[in-house]
Amino acid sequence: MNKICVKMESLPENISFARVAVTAFISSLDPSVDEVSDIKTAVSEGVTNAVIHGGADYVSMNLSYLDRTIIIEIADTGVGIEDIEAARQPLFTTKEDMERSGLGFTVMESFMDDVKVESAPGEGTTVTLTKTLKNRE
Amino acid sequence: MGLKIEIMGTALLAQPDCEIDHHSAERLRAQIDAAFEKSSCRHIILDFSKISFMDSSGIGMVIGRYKNAEKRGGRLYITGMNGDMGRLYNISGLAKIITRTDTVEDALEAITNRRD
Ligand SMILES: Nc1ncnc2c1ncn2[C@@H]1O[C@H](COP(=O)(O)OP(=O)(O)OP(=O)(O)O)[C@@H](O)[C@H]1O
Ligand SMILES: [Mg+2]
Repeated sequence: MNKICVKMESLPENISFARVAVTAFISSLDPSVDEVSDIKTAVSEGVTNAVIHGGADYVSMNLSYLDRTIIIEIADTGVGIEDIEAARQPLFTTKEDMERSGLGFTVMESFMDDVKVESAPGEGTTVTLTKTLKNRE
Repeated sequence: MGLKIEIMGTALLAQPDCEIDHHSAERLRAQIDAAFEKSSCRHIILDFSKISFMDSSGIGMVIGRYKNAEKRGGRLYITGMNGDMGRLYNISGLAKIITRTDTVEDALEAITNRRD
């Protein structure tokens, strides 16, 4: 069991920091190259959403693992999501004008084992990403 | 963020050298659009052989450039995608609208062989 909490300002330049942080955090578990790439991409999606849609001052990221199961919580205290089910549909976006494609949740779902979204209007959003790494010989 | 832009006949070749996320996509988009508008090119070739990471912000950036090429009656080609990006290309449906080639030369050849 290990846990790290990162609180960052809600800035575009911190999205790459979040990817580097998660990569460093899981490195002691000796993940495969593909697993690292999946997790980095999912984290990038979650943190980007918090920064561009959430609109709060800070984004927090709690990273933990137990055995080979990695749990990543990405939380903001921003505007929240009205209809979570609709938001998770492929191609759904509320920011078409910004050239968003509405694929962030779809990417998170295809690259992680589980994606949980807790959110309410005005109360922020917490996305919990879970993935169990394969055993390495 | 590195970006090399070159005009090759009717095609604008853009070779970014960075990770493509929300932050870099905004800047790539601005620079590619400025060069495309100044040129009389119809096609855009995005050479992704130096890209080690891309997320859905990159997909949005690609679709936006695809639309710009389409407005001039041209097409968008992506070359040099690695395995990870290939997965994103399939999941996103980009595979249905955007031609993928192995090398820039292949993309140029595809453009030459177009009949319009
Ligand atoms: N943290 C958040 N706070 C508020 N709204 C959110 C948050 N995350 C997602 N959303 C809402 O869910 C929608 C879908 O998110 P998703 O990541 O799938 O697509 P997108 O961000 O719009 O586009 P893309 O990720 O492809 O660039 C967003 O358009 C937004 O309305
Ligand atoms: Mg998103």
